[in-house]
Amino acid sequence: MQITITVNGSERSADVEPRMLLVHFIREVLELTGTHVGCDTTSCGACTILLDGTPVKSCTMFAVMADGREVTTVEGLKTDALHPIQAAFKEEHGLQCGFCTPGMMLTGVALLKENPSPTDDEVRWAISGNICRCTGYMNIVKAIQTAGRTMVEGAEAPVGS
Amino acid sequence: MLSSRFDYHRPGTLDEALKLLAELDDAKILAGGQSLIPVMKLRLAAPAHLVDINRVPGLDAIEEGDGSLRIGALVRHNQMVSSGTVAGFPMLAAAAPQIADPIVRNLGTVGGSLAHADPAGDWGAVMLAAGASVIVRGPRGERELAMTEFLVDVFTTALEPDEILTQVAVPKPSDSSGGTYLKLERKIGDFATVGAAVQVELSNGTIARAGIALTGVGATNIHATDAEASLAGAEPNKAAFAEAGRLAAAATSPVADVRGSAEYKRHVADVFVRRGLVRAVEMARAA
Repeated sequence: MQITITVNGSERSADVEPRMLLVHFIREVLELTGTHVGCDTTSCGACTILLDGTPVKSCTMFAVMADGREVTTVEGLKTDALHPIQAAFKEEHGLQCGFCTPGMMLTGVALLKENPSPTDDEVRWAISGNICRCTGYMNIVKAIQTAGRTMVEGAEAPVGS
Repeated sequence: MLSSRFDYHRPGTLDEALKLLAELDDAKILAGGQSLIPVMKLRLAAPAHLVDINRVPGLDAIEEGDGSLRIGALVRHNQMVSSGTVAGFPMLAAAAPQIADPIVRNLGTVGGSLAHADPAGDWGAVMLAAGASVIVRGPRGERELAMTEFLVDVFTTALEPDEILTQVAVPKPSDSSGGTYLKLERKIGDFATVGAAVQVELSNGTIARAGIALTGVGATNIHATDAEASLAGAEPNKAAFAEAGRLAAAATSPVADVRGSAEYKRHVADVFVRRGLVRAVEMARAA
């Protein structure tokens, strides 16, 4: 089946089998390997992407279901510089092995859009569908909060500063 | 993991979806996919056709009117979490944030969860305790089925292969009511080891009606009718709650698994029903 999905701002078309999972479309057809496959059973959140801005697990969606919709993967975060959430994960040591990181960052971005200064509990609640097996949650929570502060400051900063 | 091959159909209207179901052999409705896709990947289900209803308009509303809450077939769990209308139905509002995990809740639907009929699914117990019904459309027209008729067996409902669940109807409890949902899970996103949905309506200080149903302790969600009957007209006190807990636990038939022994699950069902009743009565008195 012919599908077209807007991925990180560009329209990408391909002829796919209906049973192809969205995560395989992203990784194997588009060769965007920043989205990871962890458990492959809807549990771990490593494959989290944004579908029209909302986090979903791309291992539990067929690519055909995303036809005509917008997908953001971790590769879509960086523009010229690192996205504030990427900078904050680096600054706060929000990763060890890095496997869960793309999913954590995309879930974090979606949370911060709704709630720019979340409490510890609010962050932990938001990322409760994303598992970090290094158990580095302390710094992941800090990184998301730091990114929130950077984004608020960035939004408030005068143009050209 | 790859599912078996299937043909994919994406109707733009409910009538088109019904026509596809009538014409196709071995077709399944695809809504949020958060239960169906995992079972297809595990090859526990291998439908020849999927009819994706995600683009069918008019199925994603939560509305209140004529004394009931109407939940469209495509209402996602997270819509239930954030809905001000659902907040007026405390048992539902308590259950919604306990379904799966926050990301799964963005796609998974209430209607799909009910139609999937997993005995470890939470909404089945909530809807039984609420006295809810489902509205079903098919080539023979529309029919309304009480949850008690709808849930037949493990992964089995009274839905015919050419029918679509379009709405869930939840009667509004009286003003002097309270309700909650208690869920024991090993971690967020795991299936319930045991869940208990409890709703109580008070009248002049006594219990006018109680709704009690359980998750994960039988082949379907268990409607604890003996426990409900024992509470009708009763004084809301510790002895009445203890008797209801005992009767609810007696109605279960749990199976031992990695989450616990049958005895343990039966005990948790008893404790949760008692705790749920205490909380529901507190809420009803405060209402």
